[in-house]
Amino acid sequence: MAILVTDRTPVIVQGISGRIGQFHAADMIRYGTNVVGGVTPGKGGSQVLERPVFNTVREAVAATGAEASLVFVPPPFAADAIMEAADAGIRTAVCVTDGIPSQDMMKVKRFLRRYPEDRKMRLVGPNCAGVISPGQGFLGIMPPHIYMAGRVGIVGRSGTLGYEAASQMKALGIGVSTSVGIGGDPINGSSFKDILALFEADPDTDAVMMIGEIGGPQEAEAAAWVRDHMTKPVVAYIAGLSAPKGRKMGHAGAIISAFGESAQEKVEILSAAGITVAPNPSAMGETMARVLSLRAAA
Amino acid sequence: MDIHEYQAKEILARFGVPVPRGGLAYSPEQAGYRARELGGNAWVVKAQIHSGGRGAAGGVKLCRSEDEVREFASTLFGRQLVTRQTDAAGKGVYRVWVEGASDIAQELYLGFVLDRTSERIMIVASAHGGMEIEDLAATDPASLKRMTIDPAVGLSEFQARELAFALGLKAGQVAQMVTILRACYRAYRDLDATMVEINPLVITGAGDLVALDAKMSFDTNALFRRPEIHELRDRSQEDPRESTAGDYGLAYVGLDGDIGCIINGAGLAMATMDMIKLAGGEPANFLDIGGGASPERVVRAFRTVLADRNVSVILVNIFAGINRCDWVAEGVVQAYREVGLTLPVVVRLAGTNVEEGKRILEGSGLPLITADTLAEAADRAVAARAKLAA
Repeated sequence: MAILVTDRTPVIVQGISGRIGQFHAADMIRYGTNVVGGVTPGKGGSQVLERPVFNTVREAVAATGAEASLVFVPPPFAADAIMEAADAGIRTAVCVTDGIPSQDMMKVKRFLRRYPEDRKMRLVGPNCAGVISPGQGFLGIMPPHIYMAGRVGIVGRSGTLGYEAASQMKALGIGVSTSVGIGGDPINGSSFKDILALFEADPDTDAVMMIGEIGGPQEAEAAAWVRDHMTKPVVAYIAGLSAPKGRKMGHAGAIISAFGESAQEKVEILSAAGITVAPNPSAMGETMARVLSLRAAA
Repeated sequence: MDIHEYQAKEILARFGVPVPRGGLAYSPEQAGYRARELGGNAWVVKAQIHSGGRGAAGGVKLCRSEDEVREFASTLFGRQLVTRQTDAAGKGVYRVWVEGASDIAQELYLGFVLDRTSERIMIVASAHGGMEIEDLAATDPASLKRMTIDPAVGLSEFQARELAFALGLKAGQVAQMVTILRACYRAYRDLDATMVEINPLVITGAGDLVALDAKMSFDTNALFRRPEIHELRDRSQEDPRESTAGDYGLAYVGLDGDIGCIINGAGLAMATMDMIKLAGGEPANFLDIGGGASPERVVRAFRTVLADRNVSVILVNIFAGINRCDWVAEGVVQAYREVGLTLPVVVRLAGTNVEEGKRILEGSGLPLITADTLAEAADRAVAARAKLAA
């Protein structure tokens, strides 16, 4: 069944008329994603990629029954677009946009809490590669052909490291149920813990590959959650063993500023929680293969 | 984005934080003139650089005469000040701040930061200020008071009062502290700051609270709506390679090794650096070419990496999603022609348009070392370096 997106999920693209939005929407449609329309304020009534364009998300949801939205809106307007999706009844929004101000994200997170659990939108990202359920559909910017369908979930901050993990596993014949990029920003919609909980509940996922990096408390929170609640095996890799303290490594969130935020400290915290940590980034696939074969033997 | 102390003080004063009177100088003569303008018989002369630890590095001095102000200022201008927070090259002093000396009875610490756990602005305060927060956290963690602020209602007066009393302030000082806390919070929120720090916040002999030092950093993602803050950017305080790279959409951080890295994605860039280390090499830099990189941007990445004289091998590692391997390959070929590359270059391409990318590299006839996996790429880069050394 996979998580967050399947071949049936009706998807809209916010910002579908833009050059980049259109390019990736076309890729999603080619892959078989059920893209039912798009939203660009002022372009309502037009067609892009043979899909109807609406002025507002509310109109798009009413006309198409859309449940998921991919947000491809420039940083100054992205937070507003995410809140519009939440208010219109979208269930899952994936925001690819890089460069949203932190205080805008604080506002978004608070806004999302206004809704009761049964109609609260789940946000993935921003500044992420997106979500793909191989063979079914995807919302994002990833190269879909590198993923093989299977039963291992992937969750990571970095898009490119997620690709790396998927291709290493594919080379070893290990497929993916769903791969989720949670993004490299300091404040993000879904944490590692949130996505791990979805994989734990997903009958089509047997194990999870978790790819973290320096900076922030989310890997440690996830470790505690795995120790207390997770029955499925988790393999992890933490990028940035060679990163110096106090220097921002590309991602706004990738900076070692407090205790427990260095790669070495995170590796220790994850290992202590019973997570198998891949010793280096080229061993993500083989570490997962080893953990799966141990489990099969048991 | 960081700003200078005097700029942070001007901003905070506008929001209602009491700061000592002072004046900015661009020359020793101007510093002396500033002292005369301010009046009194003691002044503090402070080098303006984007770094803490200036006092211990000799960048701050209490002066008792105009001559002394001028003399000390003349030792600061043009100097590279090396503090415990800068690298070995230090930061250049081109501005000096002169302010009237304060009568200090007690030093407090006050900081506002983004707390990633609560996803709110957090106040950190201590009755024992003056030293760096890291040292304070290590030597006197019990003195640190923390409080998070609900973004919907802002910092309430009762919260500010609670914090002021917890710091042991006297009745008259509590009201001053509430004003300062609320002013800092509004400055943080209204200007998209990522950090406000007053260290020390002093209690004077007369019992008044004054911000003796101030530091502010701002969210670069929000600068589009804060032109008045963007204007305060001081390039003289930035690593020239990093800021020039940034102008071309490249995220670059210089390091100490000799294997130059050109990579897409921050995570893969860090992971590749880790692999180089594991293979026995040392990365010369972190470099993320970003998404949708054109051949021109790839050429610029080569130029950026090659500006570091220590670089002896270049490793290009691209796993393209939103990028295109064919564009990157064209960039590599162009870089060879335009930059006149003589160093060994290891290239690993994967993802979007990888076949076209590989064809371009093969067809170029250039002496490139190619690799199919991350591990191969790192091993070959380290091997190429060893061959050079032999």
